[in-house]
Amino acid sequence: MIFEGKAWLFGDNIDTDAIIAARYLSTIDPRELAEHLMEDIKPEFPGLVGPGDILVGGENFGCGSSREHAPLAIKGAGISCVVARSFARIFYRNAINIGLPILECPEGLTGIESGSDQLRVDLEQGTVTHLRTGDIYQAEPFPPFMQEIIGRGGLVEYVKARIGQAQ
Amino acid sequence: MNKENIAGGGSTGSTKSTMVEKILAAKSGQKKVEPGNLVNAKIDLALGNDITAPVAIKEFERFGVDKVFDPEKVVLVPDHFTPNKDIASAEQALLIRSFAEKYKIKHYFEVGRMGIEHALLPEQGLVRPGEVIIGADSHTCTYGALGAFATGVGSTDLAAAMVIGEAWFKVPPTMRFEYIGPLPRWVGGKDLILYTIGRIGVSGARYRAMEFAGPAISELSMDGRLTMANMAVEAGGKCGYVQPDQVTFDYLKGRVTVPYEAVYSDQDAVYERVFSFDVSALEPQIAISPSPDNVHPVSEARGTEIQQVVIGSCTNGRIEDLRLAASVIKNRRVHPQVRMLVIPATQQIYRQALEEGLLTTFIDAEAVVSTPTCGPCLGGHMGILARGERALATTNRNFIGRMGHPESEVYLCGPAVAAASAVAGIIVHPEEVVQ
Repeated sequence: MIFEGKAWLFGDNIDTDAIIAARYLSTIDPRELAEHLMEDIKPEFPGLVGPGDILVGGENFGCGSSREHAPLAIKGAGISCVVARSFARIFYRNAINIGLPILECPEGLTGIESGSDQLRVDLEQGTVTHLRTGDIYQAEPFPPFMQEIIGRGGLVEYVKARIGQAQ
Repeated sequence: MNKENIAGGGSTGSTKSTMVEKILAAKSGQKKVEPGNLVNAKIDLALGNDITAPVAIKEFERFGVDKVFDPEKVVLVPDHFTPNKDIASAEQALLIRSFAEKYKIKHYFEVGRMGIEHALLPEQGLVRPGEVIIGADSHTCTYGALGAFATGVGSTDLAAAMVIGEAWFKVPPTMRFEYIGPLPRWVGGKDLILYTIGRIGVSGARYRAMEFAGPAISELSMDGRLTMANMAVEAGGKCGYVQPDQVTFDYLKGRVTVPYEAVYSDQDAVYERVFSFDVSALEPQIAISPSPDNVHPVSEARGTEIQQVVIGSCTNGRIEDLRLAASVIKNRRVHPQVRMLVIPATQQIYRQALEEGLLTTFIDAEAVVSTPTCGPCLGGHMGILARGERALATTNRNFIGRMGHPESEVYLCGPAVAAASAVAGIIVHPEEVVQ
């Protein structure tokens, strides 16, 4: 799978309260959640972000609460992929489990103009290309079983297939 | 599915294991596991609340199964937005209630019987040493205080666990934290964990198990240990734990009737890092907005004005916390410009506080006493902040907008500092109030 989209840059330790504030957790509709994505740290963001865009984070992206509403809100906004230097572990699980592609690039992406530069993400190769500069970044590969979860579109389909095999 | 090592990890070559490695090995049917191994482990308990369970239920229904793996091992606690704060939350609570009824979930705790999940489950004897517990709530790591492997997951993980009774884990490397005491007066579990997070940062234990040990931990009460394990996630930890000892067994006595097996780290187990903190002269600690690792001794934040004080949450809403806060505020009054909210974490704690006269003390001091709820901790309800307001809270997170308006602030501390500061109207050391 290859995505190309506009990059939106965020810093280190972006917590899930910042991604989606608790006052919006009385819905589980991804589109409704998306209307408030990153609202408390970048109020104009829901109006700027568009389908196919790519989120770029620093260290420990998605720390804090376990709310799956955070990756759901990101997915609901049509964002194709999240790239970060590192992810908090529950966010990482949640993204994989709901089939939101994420890539961990420990070296970190540099020289990105947020909201204008385009990135190309190749999930199979695990590469991120900065289209303006031509820089290519290599992401950490997923273990095979996690690739299978992603390939099946999430944990539910993966587990269903496993149960099917066992019977 | 569980007798399988999904992928290899680096071998340490050691025959010794930490407590978490032993638990994950036992529950995945293996002799030994190493950090980095991916395992499928059997789940002893799977937990959801009124925010995370609705998403899990929606996913659960996609499996097309007609039962949960074990109705006695699923726990549902409506605690975040309850008693229902609005129509949308009422609908979510109704969804869980109906699910619990339909699938005969034994441990569903209705309003009136419920409490904040991470105070409630240990209290009800649902947490035992050596167990694997997952919860769709990041503070599930609290149960490590009882020698369990407990970690937060998301709603889809909970849904899958409710179906198959298993979950995948990457075996974490373990970091050991030794605290050398004795603990000074006014310093407790909250101060130790804040100090630790301040030292290693919010991603300092990312993906790691945190083992809390040393003489100061041996002396620490179960309530204090629960507070420490609770905030392991604020350092990025997968779990935080204390190995079972007499304090643990005394706590379990009368609560747990089923057999359990305590698990311990081997004497020469391999730790990724070992920290040793001399805490004998530690001051009470404060985490200043907007990050739990922005930690300072209370003296450095002295004089900061506050408009609200919250004493409660899964971190510090237990009986010992209420006793400490009441001892500070007894025969005193909340400062006229401060609102003080006291939220006993469970019905049992509420009742005990009532019987001990603590609630009278709070009410006489002109504090508000609330029914158990997560409430303001996550900016849900029952004490939301306006623009420009600042709260001093015994809760666990001080992120931007956590308790209300994005331009409000939360400072974190233990119950003694919170109660003393409520009296002073500014952040103070408890000694300034209690002579």
